[in-house]
Amino acid sequence: MQALTNRAKQVERKPMSFIERLYLPAIFKGMLITFSHIFKKRPTINYPEKKRPFSPVFRGLHILNRDEEGRENCTACGLCAVACPAEAITMEAAERQTGEENLYREEKYAAKYEINMLRCIFCGLCEDACPKDAIYMSETFAPADYQRKQFIYKKEELLIPHPVNEPEAYKKALGNRVKKEKVNQ
Amino acid sequence: MYAVIDLALIVEKLALIVIVVMASLVIAMYATYAERKVAAILQDRRGPNRAGPFGILQPVADGLKLFFKEEIIPNFSSRFLFILGPSLAMLTAIMAGAVVPWGDKVHFFERDISLQVADVNVGILYVFAVVSMGVYGIMIGSWASNNKFSLLGGLRAASQLISYELAMGITLIALLMVTGTLSLKEMVVQQQQDRWNFLYQPFGFLIFLICAFAECNRTPFDLPEAENELIGGYHTEYSSMKLGFYLFSEYINMFISSVIMSTLFFGGYDLLPFVDESKWGLSTNWMALMGISALMIKVVCFLFFFMWVRWTIPRFRYDQLMRLGWRILLPLALLNMLATGAVILLKMNHWHF
Repeated sequence: MQALTNRAKQVERKPMSFIERLYLPAIFKGMLITFSHIFKKRPTINYPEKKRPFSPVFRGLHILNRDEEGRENCTACGLCAVACPAEAITMEAAERQTGEENLYREEKYAAKYEINMLRCIFCGLCEDACPKDAIYMSETFAPADYQRKQFIYKKEELLIPHPVNEPEAYKKALGNRVKKEKVNQ
Repeated sequence: MYAVIDLALIVEKLALIVIVVMASLVIAMYATYAERKVAAILQDRRGPNRAGPFGILQPVADGLKLFFKEEIIPNFSSRFLFILGPSLAMLTAIMAGAVVPWGDKVHFFERDISLQVADVNVGILYVFAVVSMGVYGIMIGSWASNNKFSLLGGLRAASQLISYELAMGITLIALLMVTGTLSLKEMVVQQQQDRWNFLYQPFGFLIFLICAFAECNRTPFDLPEAENELIGGYHTEYSSMKLGFYLFSEYINMFISSVIMSTLFFGGYDLLPFVDESKWGLSTNWMALMGISALMIKVVCFLFFFMWVRWTIPRFRYDQLMRLGWRILLPLALLNMLATGAVILLKMNHWHF
């Protein structure tokens, strides 16, 4: 039969020699190989106790930012929702009343802000679109819950802890995030 | 010499039985854990490490899980046999421990307590009889499942055990010609005074080892439960603790065959070869403790070897298995027996033809 390519190789099919038919030398060799693996370094790490460091541009779950006085940055402009390719973000805007200046940084704020974490593809376009540095992606990931509806994150779940009232939680939520602008420059 | 049967004897034997049964159960339990750990280590993984420190509670968790699983008895199965199968497998697996000398003797309450439940003078035959009965558990269970795959697994187990038992038995004959006794206790005593039987019968030991793998349905001879051919093999229809019993009996069998191999070929509870320990002048209890530890160390080495082989060698094909058993091991065992017989005859004749 003519070969289709010139790369075809004739396989040699010679009967097994006596040593090969004994099997035991081959088995012994194999056993030595597996035994040598006892002393090999294991690539696995003990995950929850030990974590591998993230890249500085890691995109985890979203967080809604506050400024250093603890006022919400978001003005409910809707740019993130427009940018979102998965259409995971919905929001409702409201006007800031007098006396709420310590809660919201500007005159308009998001009364309702929801991200459907099951729709989100963690592309980070919302972060890029935001003109107020209000939404960014944290290093938290792998959320778990019993119900699907729990994955539609409300504003309460998204907001970063208050930097003045709960400084420790705020620090923790901030993590060792490097701002996107700095990375891009 | 007959032991006086009194209340104390019954109590000490009962205590010993309970200890032996519990010990074999616990060791079988931890053999499952060791198996997973060894597999993981040989494959550069970590293995179970979540339940308790280093995962040492994993077998407990596994056992609990099996207990809480739904117990399914298929309505096309024959109910009595379906339950009898795993019970028989477990029973025969545990029974073999009765004649094993776990140690010499201990001295408690002014009594010498032998660390052997029963010193039967045909001990090794008893072990063989009981271990062979283990195939009934598999056969009955697989038959009762009324499932093609189960039945195939059971058939394979039965034919495999019968084929390899022949070679094993004939190797044993050669060993018995060397030792001249069937009692396990006496064999150990002989090996304590003389050399270990392994040195007299290295070839026999190799055949015995291979056959022991086949008897325990371990890789490379685990055809009765070849997952990719037979789903689960003989325990396809089983669930919950009945499945647990089957898995457990496999590990107990492994433990028992390790013990038997250590006893027959590696001096049982003898500490070191070529050394006369009785000259050390230690008390009986210390000697017994060290003897038990020595036996356990040997057993652990064998268990590790079982696992090491399992995670190295692929499974035999069925015709290869049969060919190995009947056409290679059986003639080799026969040759070994003839050669041993010839040498013994020569020795009796003071090396004259």
